[in-house]
Amino acid sequence: MQDLGIRVLFMGNNMARLLGGLWVAVKISLISMVLSVIFGLLFGMFMTLKNPFTRAISRIYLEFVRIMPQLVLLFLVYFGMTKTFGINLSGELSAVIVFTIWGTAEMGDLVRGALISIPKHQYESGAALGFTQIQTYQYIIIPQTLRRLIPLSINLATRMIKTTSLIVLIGVVEVLKIAQQIIEANRYTVPDSALWIYGTIFFLYFFTCWPISLLAGKLEKRWNG
Amino acid sequence: MKNEETLLEIRHLHKDYGNGAVLKDVSFDVHKGEVLVVIGSSGCGKSTLLRCLNGLESIQTGTISFCGKTIDGSKKDWFQARQKIGMVFQSYDLFPHKTVLENVILAPLKVQKRSRAEAVEEAEILLKRVGLYDKKDVYPRQLSGGQKQRVAIVRALIMHPEVMLFDEVTAALDPEMVREVLDVMLELAKKGLTMIIVTHEMQFAKAVADRVIFLDNGEIAEEDTPENFFNCPKTERAKSFLNTFVFEEG
Amino acid sequence: MDIAFIREYTPLYVEAAKLTIGIALFGILFSIVVGALCSIIRYYKIPILEKLAGIYIELSRNTPLLVQLFFLYFGLPKIGIHFSSESCAVIGLTFLGGSYMAEAFRSGLEAVDEIQKNSALALGLTSVQTMWHVILPQAISVSVPAFCANIIFLIKETSVFSVLALPDLMYVAKDLIGLYYKTDEALLMLVVAYLILLLPISIIASLVERRVRYAGFGN
Repeated sequence: MQDLGIRVLFMGNNMARLLGGLWVAVKISLISMVLSVIFGLLFGMFMTLKNPFTRAISRIYLEFVRIMPQLVLLFLVYFGMTKTFGINLSGELSAVIVFTIWGTAEMGDLVRGALISIPKHQYESGAALGFTQIQTYQYIIIPQTLRRLIPLSINLATRMIKTTSLIVLIGVVEVLKIAQQIIEANRYTVPDSALWIYGTIFFLYFFTCWPISLLAGKLEKRWNG
Repeated sequence: MKNEETLLEIRHLHKDYGNGAVLKDVSFDVHKGEVLVVIGSSGCGKSTLLRCLNGLESIQTGTISFCGKTIDGSKKDWFQARQKIGMVFQSYDLFPHKTVLENVILAPLKVQKRSRAEAVEEAEILLKRVGLYDKKDVYPRQLSGGQKQRVAIVRALIMHPEVMLFDEVTAALDPEMVREVLDVMLELAKKGLTMIIVTHEMQFAKAVADRVIFLDNGEIAEEDTPENFFNCPKTERAKSFLNTFVFEEG
Repeated sequence: MDIAFIREYTPLYVEAAKLTIGIALFGILFSIVVGALCSIIRYYKIPILEKLAGIYIELSRNTPLLVQLFFLYFGLPKIGIHFSSESCAVIGLTFLGGSYMAEAFRSGLEAVDEIQKNSALALGLTSVQTMWHVILPQAISVSVPAFCANIIFLIKETSVFSVLALPDLMYVAKDLIGLYYKTDEALLMLVVAYLILLLPISIIASLVERRVRYAGFGN
């Protein structure tokens, strides 16, 4: 039976459908990631403000988003928004909103960490060399911040991709949902297709995230090692 | 003070990391009660030599005999030998999670299975001797570099080693702390402890050594009394090496 | 907000939380064991096993728990390997958590300077004694923040177990939304339940972390 099961992948356009499903998840994480980077940069700078009020607000936001499982956040937006505000959000849009809220918090914390990690004497030695403040940022501070930030944000991107697998639970038709459909359609002809399909998805995710993780590791070693 | 009993016998030691030999055919003896100073430019293999004598580096060929018995290189053999061969490193080797006293008594308790009371008693005596008794309950972080090294020396001494190896113990210290560590070592030399010292402090070397080995490119280029070596070195290599320290003489 | 409704269905959430705690407890415990094994294997560079541990860690860290669970729960029975929902949950959480714990321990071990090992050996300590008295205590204190973060992460990850038909917090919330359309109440109780579960752990973690960071040792 096992040698038969794998053929389900090559029947019709099943493989293409699975890849299409994966793309739905990856697309949502890419959009959320881009938004998170933009908002995260702003939020990170916001967090470095010395004002106790802004500090408290950003702290509460960060801690709440971090402590809640992402699936709970998805439920809050997907079910809660509909009920409370009468806005009917699609699963995809809810996912982008939630992952952007989450990603902004995480990214913001990374930005804050990178900003405060630059020692004061770096600013001073820039000034001592006769740089203007803008030049100091341009040649000294920002390059160092980016070197810390880029590997960490790439890591965040892989977390984002892995987490988007949850969107099947709020009804988005993505790779796991398509898998269920294929398995259902072939339940009599290929009864063990679930093993092969889910195994395939496992490795699809792996070969999506692994190269990205490797890249992050390599950059981190080269820049911060 | 000296007798001719040979403590360590090193014969044809050879060490290679794969990109050229670090130690080439090194042979020498260390007698009981003798202070041997090893000098040479950085990268000449001094530190590697000391690490080989303590089994921290394996050797390719050659033999190391300790108290007339050849160490076969097995783990068990080295665990036996190390209890009699003390070593102090460049720095930062105190255990940061243990207080000064705990650092000193760890090995007596765990390796020699001595009683805690007895180990503590001896530790306190030794700490007093190096002027650090009042620091016995602080963590290494709170000590200066010189104090750390004095504790490291005590930690090795409490094992009652037959021979002590010092690997550039003052190299990482601020100049004003070098003195206090060297004084402790001079004191030990006077008491007749056998020592092998790798150092860059030429004045100290002159004062403490019974014999000097000059290591160059992994081989012994010269071996002599300190008077002869420092006043009229025989080889060109030794001369040019000593010239780099000339400014110290002033 | 329907207070009577909340009061009526709170016991359901309590039961669900108990289930979550139980699975998380076992999953975390086994994760620690797997993680410790992996880091020992990698630290001592045991041939073959080192490779296998490396492959496992990469597989586990680069795939979502949900996909791992689908494979375990729906895939494996097709070749005759059946697990109960609970076992599936614990196995899945362990498969995921083991690699995270391994990485936490590894970073701790790597943070201990080589000279610490050397000077312990030079004092005559055996390699086991060196590990136990010198390396581990320092490694653990470095690992604590990552270790705590992993525990919180793993408890959060338990939120997907409703796909295994386990009546956990998400399952209950979704049920109440579907059955009674009491969305606000169900979601509120869900958030409160997770806050009660995770907030104390998160606070303890940050206290422990601060204690370790400012402990009386460290160069």
